[in-house]
Amino acid sequence: MESQEASIAIVDYGAGNLTSVKNAFAALGVETVVTRDPAVVAAAARVVFPGVGAALSAMESLRSLGLESAVKDAAASGRPFLGICLGMQILFEHSEEDGGVDTLGILPGRVRRFPKVPGVKVPQIGWNSVAPNHEPRTTNHDFYYFVHSYYAEKTADTALVAEYAGVEFSAMVRRGKLWACQFHPEKSGRVGLKLLSDWLSI
Amino acid sequence: MLTKRVIPCLDVRAGRVTKGVKFKNNVDLGDPVEMAVAYSDGGADELVFYDITASAEHRPIDIGMVEAVAKSVRIPFAVGGGIASLADMERVILAGAEKVSVNSLAVANPQIIADGARAFGAQCIVLGMDPVKSDRLPSGYEITTRGFREFTGMDAVEWAKRAAGLGAGEIVVNSVNADGTREGFELTLTRLIAEAVDVPVVASGGAGKPEHLVEVFREAKADAAIVAGMIHFGDYTIAQIKAEMSAAGVPTRMGW
Repeated sequence: MESQEASIAIVDYGAGNLTSVKNAFAALGVETVVTRDPAVVAAAARVVFPGVGAALSAMESLRSLGLESAVKDAAASGRPFLGICLGMQILFEHSEEDGGVDTLGILPGRVRRFPKVPGVKVPQIGWNSVAPNHEPRTTNHDFYYFVHSYYAEKTADTALVAEYAGVEFSAMVRRGKLWACQFHPEKSGRVGLKLLSDWLSI
Repeated sequence: MLTKRVIPCLDVRAGRVTKGVKFKNNVDLGDPVEMAVAYSDGGADELVFYDITASAEHRPIDIGMVEAVAKSVRIPFAVGGGIASLADMERVILAGAEKVSVNSLAVANPQIIADGARAFGAQCIVLGMDPVKSDRLPSGYEITTRGFREFTGMDAVEWAKRAAGLGAGEIVVNSVNADGTREGFELTLTRLIAEAVDVPVVASGGAGKPEHLVEVFREAKADAAIVAGMIHFGDYTIAQIKAEMSAAGVPTRMGW
């Protein structure tokens, strides 16, 4: 197990602070490597793809760092892959952010801005509940911490949904060992750690 | 459904959490990391730390404490006090804080809000404001700085709108008049700001019992509320506050 644990790569492409992600895995007793080296991403047994910020600058820095194909290959490889927040959004084909940006296109689907609704604040900041995107839609009492102004539309890959500004959106997608969540499991208390721990066991 | 957040506030002085009691000295409450873990385990949705002596002592914020908190809790937290520059913001964020709070610094240099939002994202930049009742400004509230010692002549609503426009992701409205009274949040002020801006508003100052949080969420449109003395001295637990919020129909994160 040790060599496998040592090869969890957290992709650092300048999109936000990765300390919390690393700390959350450390809380589970798991070592990770924060890296911007495409070779390290390519060799890693598991890849975590976080990110906060804007889609356009994220795509630009992935390209300028030479990480785009390493991330695409990792996501398509069947190795466990975990996208978080912006790292989920840019897995889709297109985002409305920054006037419209073509993103990685690893998953079918689009990312849109929350509509303007009187009295509804954007970004959504805080703890929201999620529900399974299939019948029976049992009430789920799990809350996760969200911070975002754009959301991924529901697709066939959507595993969990959440609701904000009158929109039901993809809170989490799953396709084989590729998991991605809009919320921040690393900031979602015990429930978030459980999700990371589940991902570590696939 | 997005829930209303309950946020314990920890004032840190020389590495210890303290609380000023009116007409008395500061009371030592405990170790910041231990308290952060206890509140997080007890159901806090977020935490805020103020290094209350950093500015006065002209020293940077205690980064060791920020790192220790970040390693120990898995909920978001904000840090304020002693932030004097973009470089200070970066140190706090890289140490693992989710958000950095600026107050007097932003009044002196509003551009720091825009610079911070561009560098780290608007969601990282919290504007703290200390408004006091005032007849000479249109909204009826004037911004004070430096721990309520200086009056700025700035209208609280105008400042909130401007700060949100510059990129503040969230605004903490700390009522000078209600602060420390434990007689309830200043609802009029909170509602004025919450209705004026499109970003979340955090009510601060005056929380004394769970009904006060129910009030500020239901009547003043706050997105989050700060609690301090009412939990620090053991009068209430966060679980009790949340049970009351939930019973009153306020969306509340339970089962943490």
